[in-house]
Amino acid sequence: MKKYILFLFYIGSTNALMSEEIIVCKTCDIASIKHAVKTAQSGDTITVKEGIYNETEIVIDKPLTVMGQNVIIDAGFNGGIFEIIADSVSISGFTLNNTGMSYTKDIAAVYCYRINNFKFENLIINKSQFAILVHKSKNGIIRKNTIVGNAETEAGGGNGIHLWHSNNIEIADNTITGMRDGIYFEFVDNSVILNNRSAENLRYGLHFMFSNYNTYQNNSFENNGAGVAVMFSKFITMENNLFKHNWGTAAYGLLLKEIYDGEISGNQFIQNTTGINVEGSTRINYHNNTFDNNGWGVKIAGGCYDNNFTLNDFINNSFDVSYYGGMNNNTFYQNYWSEYAGYDLNYDGFGDITYRPVKLFSYVVGKTPEAIILMRSLFVDIINFSEKVTPVFTPDQIQDDTPVIDIINKSELND
Amino acid sequence: MLKILKYSFIDLIRSHWSYVYFLFYLILGFVLLFINNDLSKAIITLMNIIIVLTPLIGTLLGVMYYYHSREFTELLLAQPLKRSTIFFGQYLGLSISLTFSLVVGLGIPFLAYGLIQSTVIFNFISLLLIGSLLSFIFTALALNIAIANDDRIKGFGYSILLWLFMAVIYDGLFLVSLVSFSDYPLEKFALGVTVFNPIDLSRIYIVLKLDIAALLGYTGAVFNSFFGTSYGKILSFLLLVLWVIIPSIRIITSSNKKDF
Repeated sequence: MKKYILFLFYIGSTNALMSEEIIVCKTCDIASIKHAVKTAQSGDTITVKEGIYNETEIVIDKPLTVMGQNVIIDAGFNGGIFEIIADSVSISGFTLNNTGMSYTKDIAAVYCYRINNFKFENLIINKSQFAILVHKSKNGIIRKNTIVGNAETEAGGGNGIHLWHSNNIEIADNTITGMRDGIYFEFVDNSVILNNRSAENLRYGLHFMFSNYNTYQNNSFENNGAGVAVMFSKFITMENNLFKHNWGTAAYGLLLKEIYDGEISGNQFIQNTTGINVEGSTRINYHNNTFDNNGWGVKIAGGCYDNNFTLNDFINNSFDVSYYGGMNNNTFYQNYWSEYAGYDLNYDGFGDITYRPVKLFSYVVGKTPEAIILMRSLFVDIINFSEKVTPVFTPDQIQDDTPVIDIINKSELND
Repeated sequence: MLKILKYSFIDLIRSHWSYVYFLFYLILGFVLLFINNDLSKAIITLMNIIIVLTPLIGTLLGVMYYYHSREFTELLLAQPLKRSTIFFGQYLGLSISLTFSLVVGLGIPFLAYGLIQSTVIFNFISLLLIGSLLSFIFTALALNIAIANDDRIKGFGYSILLWLFMAVIYDGLFLVSLVSFSDYPLEKFALGVTVFNPIDLSRIYIVLKLDIAALLGYTGAVFNSFFGTSYGKILSFLLLVLWVIIPSIRIITSSNKKDF
């Protein structure tokens, strides 16, 4: 019995310890977050009350929940703000400003290293070099944050959400603007990126390097320097994203380089210089995507094997497809092409004559880019037509034998 | 001069050519808007048609009208009138009637489909402006050909050749030179060559409006940085105007020298 009571007492005391709340405010005994972290025990909650706090390098070295209530932490361009080196940390409700920048180290508003099970939520991060920097961590959630950067050069700017050597991270409902890369993945596996908005970033909206088994869905990438780049990765699923208005001399909606076994479906590519630029990518299925008003819908360079394009809509692109290299088992099957001029006599919904999406002019422009100035010239229309009748220069195997007569993915257009 | 302008204008209307041309644009406009209610898409289609068609009609009608009204011109020459007045009056009568058909013929359907409330009104105005300038340019060129050649067949031949050259062959030669010298940086050359052909110049306007995404890739950025700026726009507009002025001055000088 004694033992039992002792045990109850023990549980009670630990519970009391775990649920302890430390309040930080300007007039309290504990007036700084650093002080609060120092006095806190593992598992405590630190609530920071309204106000502006000038603090840098708050090192969180034990499991804590840190919450802000209308709190602004201003680093005054002196360095990073939160540095987390313990498991099970949650940070939410802060506005983190002005970390400053450095060319010799990566300064971040929220930095974590080798931790497990973390949550960064409802943060507003302004003018920081890196906003959220995650190194060698796993099982985290980064949600509902707003990141506004002022990156001016690629060398001097940092990334919005930067993950390195991490695993099982969920990135959802964030808004990222004005950084170098919106979201950056390097050696990150089994992670998901959902409902984010990444716009007006200097380089890429989203950047994958050497990261496998990841999924990104329902994100929008607008007006970024070069759209989204997915490089050297395997088993990436890209669904229902919007790639819009990524314009520039080397801009793409989506750049694929050395990608294997990917799935690209239900995405919308609207008004990009190039919708998708594919290089050295193999076994990728592209289906139910919409390519609307792009300069080039899809550009396929060499070294691509077994790519299948089915049920996509190609609408009013200056060039639907441009193609370099051999056929390599890439197929186009049952897509809608707005420039298709064939007929459907038996009303089965499929055109009766084959469509060849590669025009002679797109081949010419590939060889001499300056020739773009002759676009929509009568002469170009004439040579395109004669090439269409008897293909000589363009690879005649690139064809859609069953082009669809009506737009396929209508509902998505209305979104 | 105004009187001769008026006579030419009325003469053209009486000969039904203006009606036919006017009705063509009227029907084209209504049909395009009927099939596709979208004003901006109709403007895009029309731009493609106009850069080919207005030069063709301008050259053919210009030559035809000159040969057709040759006797009337000779009658006028017997009157105490300056030659420049006679020929310039005829030129203006002709090109104004063509422009009138174009502007009114396309204006009516677009106004009927609510142009005023739409945001594309500026595009539409630039479409009409380009069409009118092309009419003026090619009528002047056609009259130059007609004055230089008394032989009708020759005159027609040259005028069709002129149109074919400007609309098709020029671009062909242009493309061949671009491809064969592709080892060299050609952006400036391409810009320069475009400027010397009024049809190309007008086409660039359209391409910049429609295919900006494609133009912005690679070298396209160079073109856009020229034509996209107000400096480039004003310069190319001035060049189009120069294309009107030089041939029309030549009408006057060559008609003054001509022995009728």
